[in-house]
Amino acid sequence: MAAGVAAWLPFARAAAIGWMPVANCPMPLAPTEKNKRQDELIILNVSGRRFQTWRTTLERYPDTLLGSTEKEFFFNEDTKEYFFDRDPEVFRCILNFYRTGKLHYPRYECISAYDEELAFYGILPEIIGDCCYEEYKDRKRENAERLMDDNDSENNQEGSMPSLSFRQTMWRAFENPHTSTLALVFYYVTGFFIAVSVITNVVETVPCGTVPGNKELPCGERYAVAFFCLDTACVMIFTVEYLLRLFAAPSRYRFIRSVMSIIDVVAIMPYYIGLVMTNNEDVSGAFVTLRVFRVFRIFKFSRHSQGLRILGYTLKSCASELGFLLFSLTMAIIIFATVMFYAEKGSSASKFTSIPASFWYTIVTMTTLGYGDMVPKTIAGKIFGSICSLSGVLVIALPVPVIVSNFSRIYHQNQRADKRRAQKKARLARIRVAKTGSSNAYLHSKRNGLLNEALELTGSTEDEQHMTKGTSLIESQHHHLLHCLEKTTGLSYLVDDPLLSVRTSTIKNHEFIDEQLFEQNCMESSMQNYPSSRSPSLSSHHGLTTSCCSRRNKKTTHLPNSSVPATRLRSMQELSTIHIQCSEQPSLTTSRSSLNMKSDDGLRPNCKTAQITTAIISIPTPPALTPEGESRPPPSSPGHSTNIATTTTSNIVKVSAL
Amino acid sequence: SDKIEDELEMTTVCHRPEGLEQLEAQTNFTKRELQVLYRGFKNECPSGVVNEETFKQIYAQFFPHGDASTYAHYLFNAFDTAQNGSVKFEDFVMALSILLRGTVHEKLRWTFNLYDINKDGYINKEEMMDIVKAIYDMMGKYTYPVLKEDAPRQHVEVFFQKMDKNKDGVVTLDEFIESCQEDDNIIRSLQLFENVM
Repeated sequence: MAAGVAAWLPFARAAAIGWMPVANCPMPLAPTEKNKRQDELIILNVSGRRFQTWRTTLERYPDTLLGSTEKEFFFNEDTKEYFFDRDPEVFRCILNFYRTGKLHYPRYECISAYDEELAFYGILPEIIGDCCYEEYKDRKRENAERLMDDNDSENNQEGSMPSLSFRQTMWRAFENPHTSTLALVFYYVTGFFIAVSVITNVVETVPCGTVPGNKELPCGERYAVAFFCLDTACVMIFTVEYLLRLFAAPSRYRFIRSVMSIIDVVAIMPYYIGLVMTNNEDVSGAFVTLRVFRVFRIFKFSRHSQGLRILGYTLKSCASELGFLLFSLTMAIIIFATVMFYAEKGSSASKFTSIPASFWYTIVTMTTLGYGDMVPKTIAGKIFGSICSLSGVLVIALPVPVIVSNFSRIYHQNQRADKRRAQKKARLARIRVAKTGSSNAYLHSKRNGLLNEALELTGSTEDEQHMTKGTSLIESQHHHLLHCLEKTTGLSYLVDDPLLSVRTSTIKNHEFIDEQLFEQNCMESSMQNYPSSRSPSLSSHHGLTTSCCSRRNKKTTHLPNSSVPATRLRSMQELSTIHIQCSEQPSLTTSRSSLNMKSDDGLRPNCKTAQITTAIISIPTPPALTPEGESRPPPSSPGHSTNIATTTTSNIVKVSAL
Repeated sequence: SDKIEDELEMTTVCHRPEGLEQLEAQTNFTKRELQVLYRGFKNECPSGVVNEETFKQIYAQFFPHGDASTYAHYLFNAFDTAQNGSVKFEDFVMALSILLRGTVHEKLRWTFNLYDINKDGYINKEEMMDIVKAIYDMMGKYTYPVLKEDAPRQHVEVFFQKMDKNKDGVVTLDEFIESCQEDDNIIRSLQLFENVM
């Protein structure tokens, strides 16, 4: 029942008294309202903006969030109001819905944001009022198309699909020539042969000098054999191509029905029919007609040209406009032809011999061609002729802008799709980097945990406190969660330094601890940088430390090793820890803000980070490596794995060209 | 065409009711109840008056299965005391006051007024037939047991048997009130909707 109508229920019930004297039997008891509350104002605080309304207003729609008891979850006891941490602008529309019963869609609002809000408040978008429904549907469709484009391009660009059958690879090669060089070659070869075929068709008919018999022959007949050979070659290529496509197609039935396949067939059929048919007089007329179909080979170019495909798609989507154009033209032609015929009937030697004959005049005039082969001679004819040409301009001009705007829209959509694909690549790269960062952070904190245990043995508690201070609560909880997972499964994420997964520290000597302390300081200062804006403590411990921190400060992308002192050559472990250091610190800064940095700045050091991580993992102590192979954090793309073998201690930085 | 525009202008002008205190004095409602009533009224009819179409639409919402328009028409005429085709808030609230808070006598008188379609002071069989048919129309076609052809007529006969004391074919106000007061069922059912507000 509509909102306001509920307010009329008392009236309807009161009016029921009118039935009472007519009734023959006693009435049922009226329902009593149990906790009859006085209508009260309730306050809805949406992100600081306060809205007030009557409770009964909200209760008009009991199957939404605000109308049901679900809103009690948002009740704030202290302020005695309902607090929603959502967008106040959209809430305005939603509250108006309760008040007026009509849901409006504000044009300035983003469609997906609006949809989300509606979903949150439990309101179906279908009840948007008629005034705004069209706009809403249009925007939604546009958005869906855009997303579909994204998905399509994403599917097309999926990296190495692990196991593609030969048939599938072939199909992919056909559809997207850039996937492999062979496909590209094939693409160009077919394109070339299409061009050759079209040109031969054209040149065939050019008169080509005379044969001693003084008859002007077209080239096709003069060099019949040559042309026949060319034609045969082209048709063979096309046939092979068609058969290969047919073989590779995932759904053969659908492929056969598709437009391109029909064009292919029509392009090569005349040749075969010509082969089969004998030089029969009756049939040769039909045969000549068939040769016309060879011109359809030019449509095969649409596989090679995006613009052509767009044009075809536009025409298809404007089918109704084109149909209207045709229909209105036909109507006008018939009308004017009739009129002209009767107008010119009187004049002698008039070319307007019949109405169909006048059709030609009308068409030529309406399209403003005006050949002049048929011209009205009577005054009436001239008058109607001029009216005809004026109206022709109008009738043709009307549907054309619609077609043009459709074409423009589809073309721009395509442009946008390309741009989005490029942006998406960059975005995915950044996401990958962030993932790397977070997994690095986890490994980092795990090392903290292990170091904590190491330190406990040495008893330096203050450093311990230093370490735990840095990470935020959410981070530490997340890391704890990952740690629990490791414990549950009995596997563990690959720690950078394999030696650290060994918990014994007593065996490790003073040197180890020194490194740890060392490391610790670096980590501490780099961790301090991450969550807060405190200035990094440029510890003056070592050249190594300063190189880390100074690198961070400069935000340059020079190789971390360049400033590393000779200490790195001391031991494998040290090397790895050093690299961990320098790899940690940029990754810690891949917070949201840094993702919005210039992408190249943000990307390059992080890519290098990834590189370095790989390199470290590759430093062998095999027992640590192999069992954890499958629990490796995802960010390393398959490309990395191929580079593991190529690392050496001295060339760690030059691992791979990612 | 000028006249039509003028008319339109007149109809879109808001009608404002008399003050709250006056209405409170004239009716049996409290201020708060009047406020609630007015808010609902104004929400549905921002111009301040209800016309018959709106009446019918509202009533149709409550009785979706049948056709409530005829009954709504009679009801509208009963509300529209001034017989000018529109019901102002005052009329609305007065009628409600009688129906919900009035005495038995007042309620019965209001009901008599409802049945007396041509407002001539007498209810005859045709008027009663119209009313009863209108009430049956509200039920709709799909009922159990299926509505028989002469059920309204039977109903009217029973009614007249009861009400028409002097068997002169019409029911006057006094006959009506007297007969109703004799019937306990009717008296009890009149109190049925008292707690509606």
